[in-house]
Amino acid sequence: MMNPAHTVYGDEFRGMEKTLPGSHAPWVRALRAQAMETFMEQGFPDTRIEEWKYTDVRTLARHHFTASPGLTSIDESALPSRLLTGEPAHRLVFVDGHHAPELTPFNTLLNGVTLTSLAFALANRPEELESCLGRNTDLEKPGFNALNTAFMSDGAYIRLAPGVTLEQPVHLLFIATGKTDTVATVRNVIVAGPGSKAQIIESYFSLNDAAYLTNTVTELIAGDGADIEHYKLEQEGESAYHMAGMYVRQHRDSRYTSHNIALGGRLVRNDLHVTLDEPGADCTLNGLYLTRGRQHVDNHTRIDHCKPRASSREWYKGVMDDRSRAVFNGRVVVHKDAQQTDARQSNHNLLLSNEAEVDAQPQLEIYADDVKCSHGCTVGRLDEEALFYLRSRAIDAATARIFLIHAFATDVLQRIRIAPVRRHLEEQLMVRLHGGEIPGLYGNQEGVA
Amino acid sequence: MLSIRNLHASVDGTPILRGIDLEVKAGEVHAIMGPNGSGKSTFANVLAGREQCRVTQGEVHFQGHDLLAMSPEDRARAGVFLAFQYPVEIPGVSNIYFLKAALNAIRKYHGLEELDAMDFISRVKSKVEMVKMDEALIYRAVNEGFSGGEKKRNEILQMMVLEPALAILDETDSGLDIDALKTVADGVNQLRSDDRAFIVVTHYQRLLNYILPDHVHVLSNGRIVKSGGPELALELEERGYVWLNELTAGAA
Repeated sequence: MMNPAHTVYGDEFRGMEKTLPGSHAPWVRALRAQAMETFMEQGFPDTRIEEWKYTDVRTLARHHFTASPGLTSIDESALPSRLLTGEPAHRLVFVDGHHAPELTPFNTLLNGVTLTSLAFALANRPEELESCLGRNTDLEKPGFNALNTAFMSDGAYIRLAPGVTLEQPVHLLFIATGKTDTVATVRNVIVAGPGSKAQIIESYFSLNDAAYLTNTVTELIAGDGADIEHYKLEQEGESAYHMAGMYVRQHRDSRYTSHNIALGGRLVRNDLHVTLDEPGADCTLNGLYLTRGRQHVDNHTRIDHCKPRASSREWYKGVMDDRSRAVFNGRVVVHKDAQQTDARQSNHNLLLSNEAEVDAQPQLEIYADDVKCSHGCTVGRLDEEALFYLRSRAIDAATARIFLIHAFATDVLQRIRIAPVRRHLEEQLMVRLHGGEIPGLYGNQEGVA
Repeated sequence: MLSIRNLHASVDGTPILRGIDLEVKAGEVHAIMGPNGSGKSTFANVLAGREQCRVTQGEVHFQGHDLLAMSPEDRARAGVFLAFQYPVEIPGVSNIYFLKAALNAIRKYHGLEELDAMDFISRVKSKVEMVKMDEALIYRAVNEGFSGGEKKRNEILQMMVLEPALAILDETDSGLDIDALKTVADGVNQLRSDDRAFIVVTHYQRLLNYILPDHVHVLSNGRIVKSGGPELALELEERGYVWLNELTAGAA
């Protein structure tokens, strides 16, 4: 069915198709054209679709988002602590969806590591990407993924040769200069060869509060025995739309750890789909969402256990204040061949106001018989008994609340292994809770022992 | 130090305290005894400021402050301490950090500087020894997974670190073995001083073998029906609370 709200993208696509990165490669053109066709047929998802039942994108669809024509130069000094300075990292910086080489320090990389801009790779050696870009079947789904494939402008292309270990994290920093009605269409492609090991941070920041759109998709293929730890830190502006897909395919005995932290944005959707495609694969999905004001944050995760002896762990927590709303949908599918699957999921939510809301839904689908699966899901409020206990020990009511909220969220942050990232998020949590730091609170014991 | 006049309080709309008068002077230990449901715990909690215990009449003055007008945290800062009958588990907040925040909030209220980490730790460690608590527990989350006895020791530890002017023990002895009971009593006895007072709420006389009270009050049906010296506790132990019904009937 045709929906006038999205037809503008069709016209736009026809106008710029030939100038998009990789357009000289027939397979890239075909991939984009196919995606555009899918998008034109289906348009934006509406709430009649089960997966979008609680997330209404009509306000987004009323905008016409266009790509920022080129690179906006920004002053490096406008990027303070957000760059996570102090952390040695291989860094790629993108501004409004375009690689900004002048903000990207020279990276000395090991042999066997490719770390470059996707646009550059598509322009210069598209053949290297043909087997790994847009090959995940999830991307055939309509809506934002299709729009992403059609318009993808840039992102990171990371390839690790077999056995390579990156000692320093890779940090992909996506900065929105915050121009109203612009879109950054980001596509990251990560191919981790057998036995390779890396930590990859994707972080999204805005320089102001305009209503722009980030439409981002990351594809990861983890080879046999590869070990990839992935961080997604979403701190978009207050009026921003952030639509994100993360698609992971894991080979034999590989390990994937995700830390998915959502703090900003007006309307945020994260789709995280991990396919444990071969025996012995292992994934851990760690997530935290903090919402306030009128924010809406939707996390949809899906883990497919396809083969025997794979394990998955999922820990998601959310704290909702004011009139904000969160959605958590955690689907775990254990396929017929996936005997000896070990899958555990937990989702805990804390509502801080009467107007805040969460729709939490664990979904286990099990088609094998020799499996260990569990899930737990709670929605609660601050414990009045605990508040009184803290206050009876001279701690004021506001601080007591912060203690309890921090205590609720802290185990998610404690699982973060990169210390500067953990500290940064602890600070962000404090700013959210308190407008600043409570001396000595974070690290629990560090300040006193 | 503490002056209570005609105190009435309700819980969930049900009157529990029906006119309590009590004077507690610095240096004194008062025991409040009474059968289950007499209002002992409500009395203790009203003094600490629990919102669910709504004061409907009466006045409470503590060291010149209108206690009932103060928030629970301000009462604690001014020197009121309640050892909980059921100490609360707070996952994710470490015991040591909790204690430090509490102590510094009190010090700040009195215009004192925060203790530095070294001074604080050595202060806590010496008290941990006194209450015979496993030192590992101070680094664990507050009361989380503690046994009943450990929770009560932790209450006494907090009392000893915070050094309140008025400590109220709400059935701290219930469910304790004799060693733990002695530890609780030792804690109180060590803190006993001319400028400090205690209200020991208990169902049994047993604790009062170790904490010798100056005054014993019997609470029944929300009123103090009898007051006396330590010998009153022994009398209650001997005769039971049934004997009080006559007194209550007489007072009604």
